[in-house]
Amino acid sequence: MSDTAAPSSRPASTTRRRLLMAAPLVVAGAAGVGFWRMLSGMTQGSFDPHDIHVPVLDRPVPDFALPNQAPSQGFAAADLRALTRPVLVNFFASWCIPCVAEMPMLNALKDRLPIWGIAYKDKPDNAAGFVRRAGNPYARIAGDLPGLTAIDWGVSGVPESFLIGPGGIIRWHTAAPLGEDTIRDTLLPLAASLTR
Amino acid sequence: MTPPTVRRSFLARTLFVLTVLAGLSPLAAAAVDDPSEMLPDPRQEARAEAIGAQLRCLVCQNESIEDSGADLARDLRHVVRDHVAKGESDRQIMAWMVGRYGNFIRLRPPLTAGTLLLWIMPLLALLVGAGAAFLSFRRPRTATPAPLTDAERARLSDLTRPH
Repeated sequence: MSDTAAPSSRPASTTRRRLLMAAPLVVAGAAGVGFWRMLSGMTQGSFDPHDIHVPVLDRPVPDFALPNQAPSQGFAAADLRALTRPVLVNFFASWCIPCVAEMPMLNALKDRLPIWGIAYKDKPDNAAGFVRRAGNPYARIAGDLPGLTAIDWGVSGVPESFLIGPGGIIRWHTAAPLGEDTIRDTLLPLAASLTR
Repeated sequence: MTPPTVRRSFLARTLFVLTVLAGLSPLAAAAVDDPSEMLPDPRQEARAEAIGAQLRCLVCQNESIEDSGADLARDLRHVVRDHVAKGESDRQIMAWMVGRYGNFIRLRPPLTAGTLLLWIMPLLALLVGAGAAFLSFRRPRTATPAPLTDAERARLSDLTRPH
């Protein structure tokens, strides 16, 4: 405090000093607000740092022809493009624990929105057994054993769901297991808007 | 005190361990790559590895597909090698990947409006630092202190008077 002896003689210097003292506080405050918004977005589900924005969104489904997967009838890209009502395409695997947890959600959803499944890197016998045990939520199932069709869709892991609108346009995507909130607040309203 | 022989054997052991570790490190780097995955042409394989090192593994997210042991990373390594073997350019292969997974798959993000701040940050930091240095050198270190008042002078001589 050497210059307290003459504070009034150098007002510009004191102002500058105060500004310099305040600068780190302002930076810390701005960072705090930013982090708080990120965290509140994460708890509300509006922000997910791991979310991958797939480029197929709002485009027609990529070309694919896959073998049928028991216990349902199979499908190809042409079937999705011929749709007149929305369908949920769900990538799953019998070896995927979150998929097991997602099955009750899909079973509760299947009467309001048809679900077509794609078994990802799964042996046909394992996939069929898994789907049967879970109560088969899928109207149709295709098998993607090599996992190359999934890459064309931008799938990074299972489960992953895509909402397909009329004409086979991909309207919505999530790389997370479907939860009650997402189905009620996002998926069903969107599907309803596409049905009209 | 530790006898010198014990210390020497400790040193020898440390050196031995370090040598073994140094010898193992190339093996560790190649452990992910199954030789059957590699392209027969070493020049094509080197190109595929360079491209793969630029691609993010979507499962581990902070590893490249060349470093990751994830299934999807192995599939993507195969895809890269297929495209390299077909004679596609690096740019074509990168475009194929970005077309499916977006710019997120690129470990080196492209210069866009969204990444502008990221790319110019080093330059900004340099400019701010240079500006701060310039200002602090230009400004006089200390202002000349005001001359002492009579009372202060008297107090000073009182304090410094020898006993």
